[in-house]
Amino acid sequence: MPDGPGLELIRGEIEQDHPGAVLDTSFDREQAALVVDPAQIIAVLRWLRDAPGQGYGFLSSLHAADYLPAEPRFGIHYELLNRDRIERVRVKAMLANPAEGLPEIDSCVELFPTAEFQEREVYDFFGIVFRGHPDMTRILLPDDYVGWPQRRDFPIGGEPVTFTYNERNYG
Amino acid sequence: MAELATAGGNLDTEVMTINIGPHHPATHGVLRLVVDLEGEIVRDLRPVIGYVHTGIEKSCEDKSYWKVIPFVERMDYVSYFFQMEAFCGAVERLVGLEIPPRAKYLRMIFLELNRIHSHLVWLGTTALDLGAVSMLWYCFRERDRILDLFEMATGQRMHTRYFQVGGVIEDIPRGFEAKLRQFVADMPVRVGQYQDLLDRNEVFLSRTKNTGIVSRERLLELGVTGPLLRAAGEPWDLRKAFDYLAYPEMDFKVPVGTVGDNYDRYRVRVAEMIESVRIIEQALDGLPEGPFIADDRKYVLPPRSELSTSMESLIHHFKLVTEGYRVEAGEVYYAIESPRGELGCFVLADGSAKPARVHIRDASFVNLQAFKDMSVDSYVADMICSLGMLDPILGGVDR
Repeated sequence: MPDGPGLELIRGEIEQDHPGAVLDTSFDREQAALVVDPAQIIAVLRWLRDAPGQGYGFLSSLHAADYLPAEPRFGIHYELLNRDRIERVRVKAMLANPAEGLPEIDSCVELFPTAEFQEREVYDFFGIVFRGHPDMTRILLPDDYVGWPQRRDFPIGGEPVTFTYNERNYG
Repeated sequence: MAELATAGGNLDTEVMTINIGPHHPATHGVLRLVVDLEGEIVRDLRPVIGYVHTGIEKSCEDKSYWKVIPFVERMDYVSYFFQMEAFCGAVERLVGLEIPPRAKYLRMIFLELNRIHSHLVWLGTTALDLGAVSMLWYCFRERDRILDLFEMATGQRMHTRYFQVGGVIEDIPRGFEAKLRQFVADMPVRVGQYQDLLDRNEVFLSRTKNTGIVSRERLLELGVTGPLLRAAGEPWDLRKAFDYLAYPEMDFKVPVGTVGDNYDRYRVRVAEMIESVRIIEQALDGLPEGPFIADDRKYVLPPRSELSTSMESLIHHFKLVTEGYRVEAGEVYYAIESPRGELGCFVLADGSAKPARVHIRDASFVNLQAFKDMSVDSYVADMICSLGMLDPILGGVDR
């Protein structure tokens, strides 16, 4: 884990190469996080992976969270890991829900092939489109499913159970 | 595998797409494979998953923190202690709760027992796929002893709900230690017997050696962790890398392979069982006295005996059971080494008594992406072997 000052150093170095890319940093509960401009997410991830002295070459996990009612409401989390120094850093990109259509962000499959399934999962549950993903389809839910169930405004329950008995009588 | 990449060119074959699963005994669960075959050689492969998706992560958002534990246990139904540890550990880091040393040791004992249990299920079913039917009975015989131990300490054979935020729910009962010591003494002998049955078994060797090889660089790109990565020669184990529970105090080795074929995967897992036995032994020897759960009434239920004498305890108990405890806003990612690799739990707290998001980074889900690399340009029979050695648990994949 880079500590608080270390995180600010990383921020400063990113700012030199990509001005305006880092919007905020946080060091909370011993975990370091960079909040990044979604338009520059790939540049920052590539920098953290390839820049000399960084080497965050392993993407442990990619997941999303819905921060409703905060705005922008969606957060994409990239849990990066440097396996030599054994340091984790979290990169967050916050996305607003557009008035029309779905929120979009660039896919990082080219950088980290492990993200393929995980980006599909985020798409499946949050309706966040990853531009440039080779196969942006639902992964766990059926292809004809309507809605984005992990969003906070999607109700729990109320999902009809399709037993043939129900279909015959109520379908 | 290299010679198979071009084989078939002089034969009159065309690519045929076939469907394996979702209900097929060799898929170890509800996994569907859409496979392009040229003769007997796999040319392309697509895993289709989601058949046992039950929306656990969504359900967790509607439960107070302590009620989430039984939910996460049911994701990867073979390594339930690990799911509990990932979630409880994440919440403990969110609220800043330190667990007592005895709880750390007890957790470690049960985690390592669970690791042996998980590897036994894997060994039995995978050897069964490869024709070694007797392995299933031998492995499940030892597995049953582990389940008996779980039942003795927790009351349940599976999905025990034993770990709590702050420690474990109960101390181990009288007689448990003797029974566990007996098991620990027997297990290395049993593992030796498994090796005698398989290590010189001509069929097993020819099925596993030099099949399903993926380079370690590719595995790292694909985010593969656990025994699969270690079999390719990368000594990466979160128990060694990160400081959690009392693993830094334990003396154990991280087995690694050299080639990264299915045989190495088998060897690594079998060697891990022995290392787990060593950890249990050391944890039993060094088991500290003292409380088994933290003494913070804000998060931990008061002892039953106090309820009839102390008004304050009764209030704490009532608050914890009805509303649960509130967790200050924040987010934590906590990763541990499960039998299948990095098991991470992300918990987002919004200040209420229910988590705003629980996400499990399941190792099977990520590792499954390597299956295509393991199987393309190999025989369909080797694909079945590779799938067994990949050891995905579909409950964890689909959640």
